[in-house]
Amino acid sequence: MTDEARIAELEKQFDDYVEADNKAEPKDWMPEKYRKTLIRQISQHAHSEIIGMQPEGNWLTRAPSLKRKAILLAKVQDEAGHGLYLYSAAETLGRSRDQLEDDLHQGKAKYSSIFNYPTLTWADVGAIGWLVDSAAILNQIPLCRCSYGPYARAMIRICKEESFHQRQGYEIMLVLNRGTDAQKQMAQDALNRWWWPSVQMFGPPDEASPNSSHTMKWRIKRFSNDELRQRFIDQAVPQADVLGLKIPDPDLKWNDDRQAYDFGAPDWDEFFAVVKGKGPMNKARLDHKVRVWDDGGWAREAAMAHAEKESARRASQKSAA
Amino acid sequence: MTAKEWPLYEVFIRSGQGLAHRHVGSLHAADATMALENARDVYTRRNEGLSIWVVPSKDVTASAPEEKGEMFTPADDKIYRHPTFYNLPDDVKGL
Repeated sequence: MTDEARIAELEKQFDDYVEADNKAEPKDWMPEKYRKTLIRQISQHAHSEIIGMQPEGNWLTRAPSLKRKAILLAKVQDEAGHGLYLYSAAETLGRSRDQLEDDLHQGKAKYSSIFNYPTLTWADVGAIGWLVDSAAILNQIPLCRCSYGPYARAMIRICKEESFHQRQGYEIMLVLNRGTDAQKQMAQDALNRWWWPSVQMFGPPDEASPNSSHTMKWRIKRFSNDELRQRFIDQAVPQADVLGLKIPDPDLKWNDDRQAYDFGAPDWDEFFAVVKGKGPMNKARLDHKVRVWDDGGWAREAAMAHAEKESARRASQKSAA
Repeated sequence: MTAKEWPLYEVFIRSGQGLAHRHVGSLHAADATMALENARDVYTRRNEGLSIWVVPSKDVTASAPEEKGEMFTPADDKIYRHPTFYNLPDDVKGL
């Protein structure tokens, strides 16, 4: 049998294996494309957690009370942790942490486009928790059953921790809406700005989503972009009603036949422009990430130098004894 | 004469695809290869595993029991890390 025929046979076995809802683990044989797809997806996901710390970090020193500050700090800490779980999962596929970081810094790797929008007011922190984290949870719950073991296990941990993020955001919106007219207006303005980018978090419409069929077959993805988007909207509309806020979509209407909301088309030209780097904050986010990485270089070197010195000292003590 | 004692290895078993390796116990062996073989014989006689890790026990850095307080109690008063901390109306679904 030729090498190619042998690989084709292994690929077929692998496809059948994961399609039957079995899990793949790091040392198992896997098709090169499966490995590459996962490295791309998991590292993008990790980068999103890390870049996602910036818009909220912007409000850490200006949170309106000590309580809100402690909560926001805990949330941003969680995001750093989530980035770590995901980078670790990506590393099991054979790409090192430094390579993954470098891909981001060189602009070769992407992160979720939503973080390329600015957080202009405190209400944005509420809107992010409510909408962006709701969307993230809907994307992430099916990933807990993804075919790659380390990714699935990381997602289980993340989903468990994510629930407080969503609730604290909704609570911020609730409190603002019980406040003054200016506070209500601030909440409505945040919803107006974050609504469409949140709807776009599920990715392009199914007919324009080139990678989907493979990732579905491999049980990396389980629901299409449009299915998840519909779920998000059906969940968010009654939540906005409880808040007394108006979703900025004139076409939003309950459809009794579908038992779901009809909604307007997001501006996909804007979405792709932001993906390609033309969003209001793309440059600021990446510049900040690279600067912090470079500025921290001395600390990484110093820690390593200290560890090496300590281990040399212990070795010489041992040989002297 | 003092015979050199075989080093201790900690044994971790993955009981099913999709599950993390779990610590199951330890054993002495002359080297890692022997540790792996012995772990197979001792810990997977009844199909308990699909994958084994052995790690030299001396390479495990563990937290000190007497430092349990400083290590873990700081999380006690951060109840806002739990979703139940937030009071939301009962009629709002999906949160």
